[in-house]
Amino acid sequence: MALPYIEYEKNIIDQGLETGTERLTKERIAKVVDKVIGGETGARLKAYVDTCVHCGLCSDACHMYLSTKRDPKLTPSAKVKRTMSVILAKKGNVSPAFIKKASEIASTECNLCKRCVQYCPFGIDIAYVMSVVRRICHLCGVTPLYIQDTAHSHSVTQNQMWVKEDEWIDTLQWQEEDSREEIPDCRIPLDKEGADFMYSVIGPEPKFLAQLLYQTAIIFNAAGLNWTMPSFPGWDNSDMAMFTGDSEIMGRNKRFHYEAAQRLKVKKIVMGECGHAFRAAYDMGNRWVSWAMPPVPMVHAIEFYYDLLKSGKIKVKEKYKKSVTLHDPCNTIRGRGLHEKARYVINELCENFIEMHPNREHNYCCNAGGGVINCGPPFKKKRVSTNRIKAQQCADTGAEILITPCHNCHSGMEDIIGDYGVDMHVKFINDIMYEVMEKPGLE
Amino acid sequence: MTDTANWDWETKEKLVSDLNEWKDSYNWVEEPYVSPDGEKIAAIVNTDEAEFNVCENGKAWEIEEPFEKAYSLRYSPDGRLIVLSAADDEWKPVVDGKPWETIFDFIWDLKFSNDGKAIAVASQTDTEYCMAVNDVPWEDSYTFMTCMILSADGKKSASSVQTIPLGQAEVFKFQEGAFTAAVNGVPWDKNFVNVWNMAFNADGSSLAAEVRHNLYDYTIVVDGKPWNTVYGCVWQPIFHPNTNAVIAPVKLKDGWTLACDDNILWDSRFTQVWQQMVSKESEKIAAIVASSYGKWTIAVDGKPWNITFGDMVTDAVFSPDGSRVACIGTDKEQYTICDNGNAWDMKCDMVWKPVFSPDGNKVAAKIDKNGKRTIAVDGRLWNKMCDEVWEPVFSPDGSKILCRSVEDGKYYRRIIPVNEF
Repeated sequence: MALPYIEYEKNIIDQGLETGTERLTKERIAKVVDKVIGGETGARLKAYVDTCVHCGLCSDACHMYLSTKRDPKLTPSAKVKRTMSVILAKKGNVSPAFIKKASEIASTECNLCKRCVQYCPFGIDIAYVMSVVRRICHLCGVTPLYIQDTAHSHSVTQNQMWVKEDEWIDTLQWQEEDSREEIPDCRIPLDKEGADFMYSVIGPEPKFLAQLLYQTAIIFNAAGLNWTMPSFPGWDNSDMAMFTGDSEIMGRNKRFHYEAAQRLKVKKIVMGECGHAFRAAYDMGNRWVSWAMPPVPMVHAIEFYYDLLKSGKIKVKEKYKKSVTLHDPCNTIRGRGLHEKARYVINELCENFIEMHPNREHNYCCNAGGGVINCGPPFKKKRVSTNRIKAQQCADTGAEILITPCHNCHSGMEDIIGDYGVDMHVKFINDIMYEVMEKPGLE
Repeated sequence: MTDTANWDWETKEKLVSDLNEWKDSYNWVEEPYVSPDGEKIAAIVNTDEAEFNVCENGKAWEIEEPFEKAYSLRYSPDGRLIVLSAADDEWKPVVDGKPWETIFDFIWDLKFSNDGKAIAVASQTDTEYCMAVNDVPWEDSYTFMTCMILSADGKKSASSVQTIPLGQAEVFKFQEGAFTAAVNGVPWDKNFVNVWNMAFNADGSSLAAEVRHNLYDYTIVVDGKPWNTVYGCVWQPIFHPNTNAVIAPVKLKDGWTLACDDNILWDSRFTQVWQQMVSKESEKIAAIVASSYGKWTIAVDGKPWNITFGDMVTDAVFSPDGSRVACIGTDKEQYTICDNGNAWDMKCDMVWKPVFSPDGNKVAAKIDKNGKRTIAVDGRLWNKMCDEVWEPVFSPDGSKILCRSVEDGKYYRRIIPVNEF
């Protein structure tokens, strides 16, 4: 059944964009553009922008374009043409109102998902270009309100949800205590120096999704793993500063994260089911710091679950019965190539896996990633209405359960299937593994 | 600093405690910690459902009621045993079995002065935050607190605190500055957008911190007064131990370097600079640097070593006379010690912070290799591969090493002549 197209909102008021624009001057814009174009970018940016011949092959790659009856403004090349091309052509001589629009385009009309990069005959990385636009907007002080608040949280607490240091530890101890009702000697070992690995999560887990910490504790204890979590800042691997263009805070976040691992003398970091955090820790934040690769090996949950199942450390008691499909998160599939491991994991855990199409590295973005969902309520309807294609893709599978091993995808997909009336529920791999695994020591 | 002269440097081997027996006495035994002199070993133990105690050398603490929660068990530098414990949702540090009198809603981030005489924790009561040192909380408390530190003598404690309330997503109010530093609970009179990692000077009379004036301008603040220059980024400052000058990594247009009292100290520029340190004896200044992208090393007085590591460099330390620097270097997930620019011919799965002998001629470190733990001196392994070891300690004359190890579940304290490595 074809799902309806929903007209997307075009005149959204966001207080971060409004107030930031009111305070912005043309002189400041010129100074910022000179700093970024002259000092932070090089031939790469110019080559990307100048090389684009507007062939349009990127258009059909974009879920927003496909979801809006092919609105030409939402083609990837048009997003560049409406932002960076103008900034470069006018050498930064653009108005505050232009920067406001550029910020809205870069922050809410592009997920930096890189699907379009795959179809560009020249390999132009439009996500990089849009990231530079976000950087310029950040330095101009014109950023959507809610994601800016998240970046502020990162700067103060080194986590994205203003979780205080005592709240973090208290939540872990609460989940540990609860887990002992199921496995009496279950532990979430804090600051265990020399453990095999540090487990890191994103701020929403202690804030809203504490059951994931509980389930993880059960999984790791059942597998007999030697693991730890830090009691101090550095436990959050996420990074919305990466998406606001605040590179300095992004680098600081990643420094805290990796130094937590170094302090605990662990051999690797295993991170929960988050895509953007993987990108921040594996690609972006570490490199701003000058760690060409993660200084402590970083393993995404998909890969770790694969190892647990493949090695037999986790055994399945009875496979999950409901039909499931998989949303391939951009940052761990296009960004890391974990699609086959994800399928191995799901086939090990579930009886009835139905592929959605297209899939793997060709999968459509959830439209929540790239910080778009973090721009908050003002942009929610627009985010949903510009991703009809994703809802259609999910509906076409007929599956009862949608597995999304990424937090932003998870939240974004819940919004999409809810608003389009797709009859399915969203789960993490963690949810299903916890449900179907053997639990030695179970009371 | 811990005085090691009175420790037993003669007894070659002591079986201090058999941890296997502990495991028979309790539901479970958590990871053990050992005293600096190696004479004691302790762990949090579970005695019943939601009941915990501390076991030291096989003997449980005599406490009135078991703890409902216990974590952060540590020995202080002077050998006292501390745990953060809770019962009936009331938290207290417990020192050698004796609880503090003050009750908190939560405590964390246990810290010690250099001699161990001062014990500090971060605390929260009724959603207000402050530090507490030796059972005395600050008089003032705050709605938020982070980056806690304690001075070397333990007489001063400080943290980054929030002095202006912020509602949800009040981003522009945030950008006016809601944070400052508080010393012994007393805030500076100037606010900043962010106040991060701080350092006290040697006598604790001055405090320096990294701050952000707005979303873009970073600088160093000393006792509430910011440097005049703003930088693209800064990292944690330190005080020169002899001159009291403040030294911090700063990001300039052409790269990272060190600044001293707001003047550029090093002519050289790096892709990254942090964890600078000053030798009190030689007055040399060293820092971990990336000499170019992805190539990590140590720079001493601005001059980088020739050797570089692709993954990272950590845990740098000066020799006691300040003539040498040792650090951990990592390449392709293999760890080693690098001593004054020369890497040990030994690749390990993990290495702990190197330790210089008192005369500075030898370097020892705890290492992890093939799933076993041991000690290495100048790149040579101890002949025992253990389940666990703790970091080595040289005798005052540098001729012996205290090796604290667990083998087959038994904890041993051994004194090994350095020439046996």
